[in-house]
Amino acid sequence: MRALHLALRLLWMRSRGLFMASYAYMTEYRAELLLWALSMSLSFILMGVWFEASSRADVGITPENVVRYFFSVFLVRQLTVVWVVWDVEEQVRLGKLSSQLLLPIDPVWRHLMGHIAERFARLPFVVVLVALFFALYPAAFFVPSPSSVGLFVLLSLGAFLLRFIIQYTVAMGCFWLERASAIETLHVLLYMFASGAIAPLEAFPVEVREVLMLTPFPYMIWLPARALMGDVDVDVLWRGALVMSAWGGFFLVVNRVLWRRGLRRYSAMGA
Amino acid sequence: MSTSIPLAASSSRNGPSPIIEARGLGRTFQVPVKGDGFGGAVRHFFKRVTKDVVAVDDVSFTIDPGERVGFLGRNGAGKTTTLKMLSGLLLPTSGTVQVCGHVPFAKEHAFLRRIALVMGNKAQLMWDLPAKESLRLQASIFGLDDAVWQPQAKALTELLELGGLLDQPVRKLSLGERMKAELMVALLHRPEVLFLDEPTLGLDVNAQAAVRAFLKRYNEETGATILLTSHYMADITALCSRVLVIHDGRLIFDGDLKRLTSRFAPEKRIELELSGDVTPADVARATAAVAEDERCASFRHTGSEGRLVRFAVDPQALAPALQRLLAVLVPSDLSVTDPPIDDVIGRAISGDAPPATAETAP
Repeated sequence: MRALHLALRLLWMRSRGLFMASYAYMTEYRAELLLWALSMSLSFILMGVWFEASSRADVGITPENVVRYFFSVFLVRQLTVVWVVWDVEEQVRLGKLSSQLLLPIDPVWRHLMGHIAERFARLPFVVVLVALFFALYPAAFFVPSPSSVGLFVLLSLGAFLLRFIIQYTVAMGCFWLERASAIETLHVLLYMFASGAIAPLEAFPVEVREVLMLTPFPYMIWLPARALMGDVDVDVLWRGALVMSAWGGFFLVVNRVLWRRGLRRYSAMGA
Repeated sequence: MSTSIPLAASSSRNGPSPIIEARGLGRTFQVPVKGDGFGGAVRHFFKRVTKDVVAVDDVSFTIDPGERVGFLGRNGAGKTTTLKMLSGLLLPTSGTVQVCGHVPFAKEHAFLRRIALVMGNKAQLMWDLPAKESLRLQASIFGLDDAVWQPQAKALTELLELGGLLDQPVRKLSLGERMKAELMVALLHRPEVLFLDEPTLGLDVNAQAAVRAFLKRYNEETGATILLTSHYMADITALCSRVLVIHDGRLIFDGDLKRLTSRFAPEKRIELELSGDVTPADVARATAAVAEDERCASFRHTGSEGRLVRFAVDPQALAPALQRLLAVLVPSDLSVTDPPIDDVIGRAISGDAPPATAETAP
């Protein structure tokens, strides 16, 4: 019991320390945070395109839902953005990983808490952008139910963790390749196509949609976005939870295997 | 100064067994080989050719708790690679290593809590934040309570004379101040074994002296073991009585610094400053006078410059040589020194002295 208490206390101390340091670091980059938040504005451009298309023909989603959907996509992407592959690539290539390996904590925690702290630092900018959006398009304003918001937050957290573990696994390629971020470029292509970031999944043929629903991608954007709109079935939710857990577990195992093998290859050059 | 660093908690620190033990340690890297020019780049694109580079080869030594050991060798000799294997960053390709009773590469938390590696040319501090934020983070990662780490930080701040600087962003600190802050962060958890890779690299003379004095005091007050690489021989002579010399990945000397000097440079240097410029006649007179004593057969003139004239002689013949020298030359100043340690290392590496098996450390 005492050992558990000590372990939990250490976990709390480390999480708090990493969060506070990362948050302090992120707040040093105010201008960058605004630009990063703005870089997700592709959703608003696609919103215009799909609004126009849905107004002229039946694309499987109404114009009103197009607006709500892409607004939700914008928020999901703000909450689930991940860049760990570039950080790990730099650390491995330049030997900066060495200082992390000398600490009694797995380097993944530092990356994870850095991402979470960035979310909090980014939040004020996202709020401003949302307010600006509704000021420009008051017709798009909608108030989701508390349960929809709760589900959205939960699914976005799951989507973030899934995206993080997949990209962190891709990052393990750094131990074998000079630039593992090249794999990520390919991964992003699949992610943008299959997650619903470019087009709502309702616009895809049923057969394609069925196949995509077996991949992790729709659960990273489409499902949380639909949840915020209050338009998601319980069956889809359960299926989502199952698929996300399965992919998450798979990538976690692969990640740990690659990490251990990668460390054996790590040459600690440059440090 | 009344500040002292609390002793690190360890039950096995003062045990009779070595705290660092390397046996037949080796590390080989696979390095890509790329041809010159455009053709070389094209060939490299289609076919990768690599070669094996032996960075460390069959290195064995032990270090007892509390020792301060200098690790010497030229660039690329294998010093840093060895340190990285000892600290668990690199997996040895041959041999075994144990530090504090642990296999370093396993990176057990119990091991990582007992060691620190400070690399002089690499910042472990968060660049854009004040150093105190890095200290706070280090304390939380090592699970140190405020009541434990804050007095420790205060003591280190005073010893390293960093008062008032910890609130400034690291990027605003000078190189010397940053190095001191690096040391402070690395020592916050009171490591029993401290690996230092070029800790004074790029520092000015005063900062180098301050870091040396601090390390010596840390060792004396905590009994921590220190293994240090440096290009500045003053670091080694000020801190280490024992040295390991590595060349082309192989350990060529392990023993007392003075024995290294006597083996590879068994002579004393005599420098006289005369009242006027040195003439060839002065040198001839001095050489002839000393040569009359058969004990001074090793005596030789090594150079003259302005009013300075230099000789070298075997340490056993120093007294008679000086006696005869001063009988014919009247200097305004006189000094007797050991050869610069850089020369000694250079001779050890080039094998100017008769090779011998590695001496056992005292």
